[in-house]
Amino acid sequence: MNKVGKSEVRVDAFDKASGRTKYYEDRVPAGALYVRIKHAEIAHGMVKSVDTAAAEAIPGVVKVLTCFDVPDLPFPTAGHPWSMDPGHQDVADRHLLNRHVRYWGDDVAVVIAENEVAANQGVRALKVEYEALPFVLDVQEAMKDGAPLLHEEYPNNILKHTSSRLGNYEAAIKEPGLIKVEDWYDTPTVQHCHIENHGCFAWEENGRIVVVASTQIPHIIRRVVAQALGRPWGDVEIIKPYIGGGFGNKQDALYEPLCAWCCTQVGGRCVRLDCAREETFVSNRVRHAIRYHIVTWLKSDGTIHARKVECFSNQGAYASHGHSVVAKGMGSFPQHYPCPNMECDSYTVYTNRPTAGAMRGYGMPQASFADECNIEDCARALGMDSYEFRKKNVMEQGYHDGFSGNTNYYDTYRQCMAKAAEYIDFERKKKEFANDAGDVRRGIGMATFWYNTAVYPISLETSSNRMSLNLDGTVTFQCGETEIGQGADTAYAQMVAEVLGLKSYRDVHVVSCQDTDITPTGLGAYASRQTYVAGFSIQQTAGLLKEKILKYAQEVTRQAPGNMDIVDGEIVRKGDGMVLMPLSELAMTAQYNPVHSEHITAESTYTIRNNAYSFGCTIAEVEVDIPMCRVTVKNIVNVHDCGRLINPALAAAQVHGGMSMAIGYGLSEQLIFDEKTGKPLNGNLLDYKLSTFMDHPHLEAEFIENTEPTSPFGTKALGEPPACSGAPAIRNAILNATGVAINHNPINPHVLFAEFTKAGLIHDDWREEEK
Amino acid sequence: MYDMKALYEASSVEEAVALRVAHPEAQIIAGGSDVLVQMREGRRAGKELISIYGIDALRGVSLDAEEALRIGSLTSFSHITRDPLIQKYCNVLGEAVDQVGSPQIRNIGTIGGNTCNGVTSADSASTLHAYEAIVELTGQNGVRRLPIKDFYIKAGQVDIKPDEIQTAILIPKASWENTFGHYIKYGLRNAMEIATLGCSVNVRLSADKRTIERCRIAYGVAGPVPMRCPSAEAAANGAAPSKALAERFARAVIDDINPRDSWRASKAFRQHIAVEMAKRALTRAVELAGGEMA
Repeated sequence: MNKVGKSEVRVDAFDKASGRTKYYEDRVPAGALYVRIKHAEIAHGMVKSVDTAAAEAIPGVVKVLTCFDVPDLPFPTAGHPWSMDPGHQDVADRHLLNRHVRYWGDDVAVVIAENEVAANQGVRALKVEYEALPFVLDVQEAMKDGAPLLHEEYPNNILKHTSSRLGNYEAAIKEPGLIKVEDWYDTPTVQHCHIENHGCFAWEENGRIVVVASTQIPHIIRRVVAQALGRPWGDVEIIKPYIGGGFGNKQDALYEPLCAWCCTQVGGRCVRLDCAREETFVSNRVRHAIRYHIVTWLKSDGTIHARKVECFSNQGAYASHGHSVVAKGMGSFPQHYPCPNMECDSYTVYTNRPTAGAMRGYGMPQASFADECNIEDCARALGMDSYEFRKKNVMEQGYHDGFSGNTNYYDTYRQCMAKAAEYIDFERKKKEFANDAGDVRRGIGMATFWYNTAVYPISLETSSNRMSLNLDGTVTFQCGETEIGQGADTAYAQMVAEVLGLKSYRDVHVVSCQDTDITPTGLGAYASRQTYVAGFSIQQTAGLLKEKILKYAQEVTRQAPGNMDIVDGEIVRKGDGMVLMPLSELAMTAQYNPVHSEHITAESTYTIRNNAYSFGCTIAEVEVDIPMCRVTVKNIVNVHDCGRLINPALAAAQVHGGMSMAIGYGLSEQLIFDEKTGKPLNGNLLDYKLSTFMDHPHLEAEFIENTEPTSPFGTKALGEPPACSGAPAIRNAILNATGVAINHNPINPHVLFAEFTKAGLIHDDWREEEK
Repeated sequence: MYDMKALYEASSVEEAVALRVAHPEAQIIAGGSDVLVQMREGRRAGKELISIYGIDALRGVSLDAEEALRIGSLTSFSHITRDPLIQKYCNVLGEAVDQVGSPQIRNIGTIGGNTCNGVTSADSASTLHAYEAIVELTGQNGVRRLPIKDFYIKAGQVDIKPDEIQTAILIPKASWENTFGHYIKYGLRNAMEIATLGCSVNVRLSADKRTIERCRIAYGVAGPVPMRCPSAEAAANGAAPSKALAERFARAVIDDINPRDSWRASKAFRQHIAVEMAKRALTRAVELAGGEMA
């Protein structure tokens, strides 16, 4: 292989760096109407009435639509492949606008206006009368009898409960001499904070609806828009231009259905709906806050004998991705640190918080935090070095999971930990930092994570693409797995060039924009699947295209197809490597042949029935200023085994971004709510403490390139894994620096102040005096 | 698109004053990094604006006849930080305003706007209080000067008469002469941040560096408006710099400040870091002045 494995420049680099790339807002036609949403200002209740008179009187306001106007067609929003089994279909609990308000920020009405100012004025002029109901923000509270009920069909607000059992936990824990390590671990509600807010615009054309949307999943959005509007799926066309990130927020139908419906209410005129950042925080999707209760029973030889894991996932107001997220995390526990006796339970629970959906890691940042905190605590309980404890207990080489068919082909965890430890000089620093005793103390901590690529066998895994030979010998490539900033288009270009034998990846023109009327059906960008799944269909379609090329070449060159190959963009004879003709000549000949004209093109679908583990680890070094209640990350390294790297520079960039998110998750990010009203308090980029460059040290990304045997290109997931193990590594570093184990993130100065006070590390004498 | 009723642009102070008189309901706008944000949020939607941003006469730093540092109200944060007079006589102010928001905000934001906004968290405010700055306002009847502590009336409200605009901030020679200061901003991240607490300390040492002749300390976010700490200053004035003094000085702050509980930070947390920041800022200021904490 000579096209993949190279740090090629992104195919979209020049346009993105020079500002030419067109995002959805750059494509909105002149004259489009503005849709602005009236968001509820209560956390739970019923809309009694909406007085629209004042809004309608504002010059420029075209139409006001309320929750009393929308069709009664509940629809699901999760960006999952459709399931033919009704029992596995996503929960349809949404309306376009809601009379039953289920969170502060729910969508109650819209104002459609000629311009933005009039639309905003119209929203401010709406008078909504509510009947307020009690609300609940906490999962445990929401599960109690008598708690406010969000959806009548789900008693105790439990959307779903699943379990897994291994061995016999109850019997196992009776064994004498076991050491019990039990605790609760809590993770926060956070938001994706992609650069480009979600937005879309829609118009009617020839009786159909066209929606241009900032989404990760155009083909899935097509289905959801049709479901929400009660139209045949073919009536909807979704166009996905370049987008400024998504991180899973846009793996959901956000406002595409509402925008499409609004367009139909103004005679098919083009309407645009643009989310402000504040709306992105509250009225799009967030990451599930998941609380864990873990009881681990250890043998004195340092092995794990039995484990009980309970996971309580805060779903917020609507189902969205629902139980899939916590379930993925729960599935990791029996595998990550295998033990013979396990009891796992997961609950997904509705609350009056913003709706949780997919976010980079899909349950794994939460599970990794809980798991790796508990593992560190287990080592301490045993008086054992935690690195040794991990080496002793983490998944072994050869581990096989019968359900997914995954095999741990290499000793990945131990290889990754060793590489990270070597980079950061782990053993020396651990010893040196142990002597710190002053106000400022250093610590170093480690965490590993479990992840698997794509969604097989839980959901369908499929990939389709089309390749067309151009007259100059280049190839145009289209597929449904979207570019969302991660660099997928470049990886595809390299893979296509590789298998077709083109001269350069630049000879592949990737059509970045997906249009559901044109692009082969694909599922989009999620589950860190694009490179892995597209690899299968690229290999297959390239095979078909190559067969057609060589068959035509046979007519021209009189050589047997089996005796020819394509090398560096030329058709060569295999035996002696003689160049028969360049691809460009073949393409021209085939197209303009007056007797046998052929546009050489191939298209195919591959159903992927494999999956692949993608593991790694983080080691973080911190400095804790105890009196100032402040943690500084001084040094951090991630090591990933994501198989063979298609583009090492892009792979490193993926890891840097994920590490940055993990630092924010560990130390600063959290959406907080007013306990009295349920109102989100910090849904903006000033008060929500997304970490900045100034909060990061150098981010070191390293790889172990074990070839993934199931992948045609030896590759597997890397999109989400970098976000998974950073937070617990930082938590463990703080523990090692100070002796204080903090079981909830983010570990911000307020938390440190409380925890250091409790631990007696800081003492404010005046506080007693004030009492 | 901003929801503004009208925009009037002044090219001189006189014109600005005339516009103020002609449009009493209008809001003054300088760089716009606060006003436009509020307008977008709907708080000032539909307002008339008087822009003074084009009045170049209000830009720049100079020494006036009394050798006071005169900072034109429209001088941007980034220009203050890089100004040679500021660096020479009041470097701490340049360092403080270099911690505002982001580079873009520091290029557009002005010290006049920072103070006229009247918020306790303004990064310039604690240092200006600790240097006993004078605020200059110009109106129909000419120039009015008042100490910065009197300029701040209450949270979000400053003493500007309906016909006035702020034209300069002055730091008297008595404040900057032979004086060295240090500012600590406590935020939850290292950029794009509003202060959880800001602490500015400056000292003047005796010639032999063994005595603190004069010490000033002021906080932002320790109360509804920026505030000085008389008890802490009294503890340091005339004392020998030492670690024990730093402890006493810092502890005295508790008697002076009045931070509140809010969802952004608890009172207890703000008190705790206020004490630690006072200690560290005093220590650093003494070091900058050439002294040592014995």
